[in-house]
Amino acid sequence: MKTRYLAGAAVLAAAALALTACAGTAGSGSTGSTKTLTLAEAQKATSVADFGGMAGLVAAANKEGHLNVITLPPSWANYGQIIQGFEKKYPGIKINSENPDGSSADEVAAAKAQKGQSTAPDVFDIGTAVMNQNLDLFAPYKVQSWGDIPADYKDADGLWYYDYTGLMSVGYDTKKFPGGVKKIDDLLGSDFKNSVAIKGDPTQANEAASAVYMAALQSGGSADDVQPGVDFFQKLKQAGNFLSTLPTQATVASGETPVVIQWSFNNVAWGPAAGSAGNPNWKTVVLPGAGLGSYYNQTINADSPNPAAARLWEEYLYTPAVQNLFLAAGAYPAQLAAMEKAKTVDAATLSKVGAAPKNFVQLTADQATKAATLLSSKWAAAVG
Amino acid sequence: MTALASNRGAGATPRRRGARSTRRPGTGWIGLVPFSVYAILFLGIPAVLAVASGFFTSAGTFTISNFSAFGDPVILKDLVGSLGLSAASAVLGAVIGALVCYAMLGMNPDGWLRTVVDSAASVLAQFGGVMLAFAFIATIGNQGLLIVILKQLFGENSVSSPIYTVPGLTLVYLYFEIPLMVLTFMPALEGLKPAWGEAVATLGGSRWTYWRKVGFPILAPAFFGCMILLFANAFSSFATAAALISQGGIWPLDIQRALTSETVVGHENEAGVIALGMIVVMVVLMSAYGVLQRRAARWER
Repeated sequence: MKTRYLAGAAVLAAAALALTACAGTAGSGSTGSTKTLTLAEAQKATSVADFGGMAGLVAAANKEGHLNVITLPPSWANYGQIIQGFEKKYPGIKINSENPDGSSADEVAAAKAQKGQSTAPDVFDIGTAVMNQNLDLFAPYKVQSWGDIPADYKDADGLWYYDYTGLMSVGYDTKKFPGGVKKIDDLLGSDFKNSVAIKGDPTQANEAASAVYMAALQSGGSADDVQPGVDFFQKLKQAGNFLSTLPTQATVASGETPVVIQWSFNNVAWGPAAGSAGNPNWKTVVLPGAGLGSYYNQTINADSPNPAAARLWEEYLYTPAVQNLFLAAGAYPAQLAAMEKAKTVDAATLSKVGAAPKNFVQLTADQATKAATLLSSKWAAAVG
Repeated sequence: MTALASNRGAGATPRRRGARSTRRPGTGWIGLVPFSVYAILFLGIPAVLAVASGFFTSAGTFTISNFSAFGDPVILKDLVGSLGLSAASAVLGAVIGALVCYAMLGMNPDGWLRTVVDSAASVLAQFGGVMLAFAFIATIGNQGLLIVILKQLFGENSVSSPIYTVPGLTLVYLYFEIPLMVLTFMPALEGLKPAWGEAVATLGGSRWTYWRKVGFPILAPAFFGCMILLFANAFSSFATAAALISQGGIWPLDIQRALTSETVVGHENEAGVIALGMIVVMVVLMSAYGVLQRRAARWER
């Protein structure tokens, strides 16, 4: 507790200094006067207006000088470029990217363990199941373009908001499999011996579980009944085609994992789009029929050590420029529909990635819980 | 590490006790302070916190409901996996390592071969984690050098890499288990006096009699002690397994899953219970070793 007061006092002192330093520039701002908030006030700021406008938010974030992000792999949904872009746009703010390959649960664990410390994460990009268990960790905030996010893509109070979704896709090496993959049962063929990998243990990683759900949808199951997905992987295992190696960009480039079922944005990012680090023969297909998507959510840590930078990061993510960066990676951003209407979407990118899916299945919280319960009792036996 | 420390403790205590009481209380304990503080901070406190977390819900109220984890068929299956993997790598590592030691006994202690094996063992015994996994992926992984050559010779589907399964991990673990055995067992083997062998021969015993009646009984406590150390080493290994196996199958991976799962949420505190289970397994083994040691030491005096 003591250190927390000290940290608070230090921020207050810094804020007071900055207040006098900024007094001159505040008047020259185009809209209104900027306000300087205490740490506690900034942690409760629910919109840019609380900072006296965008200029005030930028000034406050610059004063903090840091932003702690967590579990954002550079090759995931273009986060590498997005982070670089932020540091370029706001050179006064340094981004600390912690545990890039961690899970959503790691985000929550870090927030709890480092509560009150300067290293605690400021913002989360978090899966829905873990988020719903930890709603008390987050601070409500509405970005300027709040109205462009569809109503069912966000919490009415601004506690969380969708950022992007991929579609479950099959990535494969065209050199090894010239016949391609047209339906999920193709993967059961003898050509695919020791070839098919998913992103970890489905009872642990959401992306791996989504591969099972997608297989369920493709094999006559539904969001309420994912057993056919487990059966599919059992058959895959029995055929000797299932590979229990954890795929990464490196295993795809080396050919160690010639087929990977994962989010489309990751399959796209590991292919020719990655240049020399990617696999030039990597092809991404979203199988026809019922597709599976899952939006990730943006939230701000209620106990964020850099609350202004955290809010500036959200404002930045929901600008058309960054939404287009998500899109370029094959991740459909939450504001896509509004951007298409306003013509701010990058048309070339959109035509390359393909139009946004009109209808895809996204498991509700209840369905996800039910599916996870089934996985935890059936999965290990199916592939063990 | 823990096993090694308590291992030595178990052997040393009975003999020291007498000497200790005659010594005046001095300032010698100060020398122990840095190690004790280090062990308490980085081993004791984390272990207590980890195990304690098993007795609470995520909201912080006391509960024993986390122990239902031990009724979960997956956890039980993975316990068998962990025990099997550790036992197989410990037994194989101990036997092969002991044979290597025996072979080294015939070498000139200052010869170059002996020196090379000695130093290689001390380096390789510490070779674990992701680096070890990578070394195996590069040699006998799906696209590893050997597997690719075999595939080119015998066809694409003729061979598959064994290292991505729990039984296959035995092979990987042996890479550090054998050197560890060489390192820890060699001093015991060197303690065998040539005179004992000569005495057996003089009395008309064969080489086999020597090993059965003299060599093995003397070496047994050290041999099984080293084997338990090897078991503990394999039982607690995490990073190598995590890098090679993505579908679980041993307890350290279950702890990771309980702590970090995005899909089956709310089981974080079961990790503490599994950790407690691991400690219990080690305590049982160490106690068995203690009994063994005392019986074996009886005639040594």
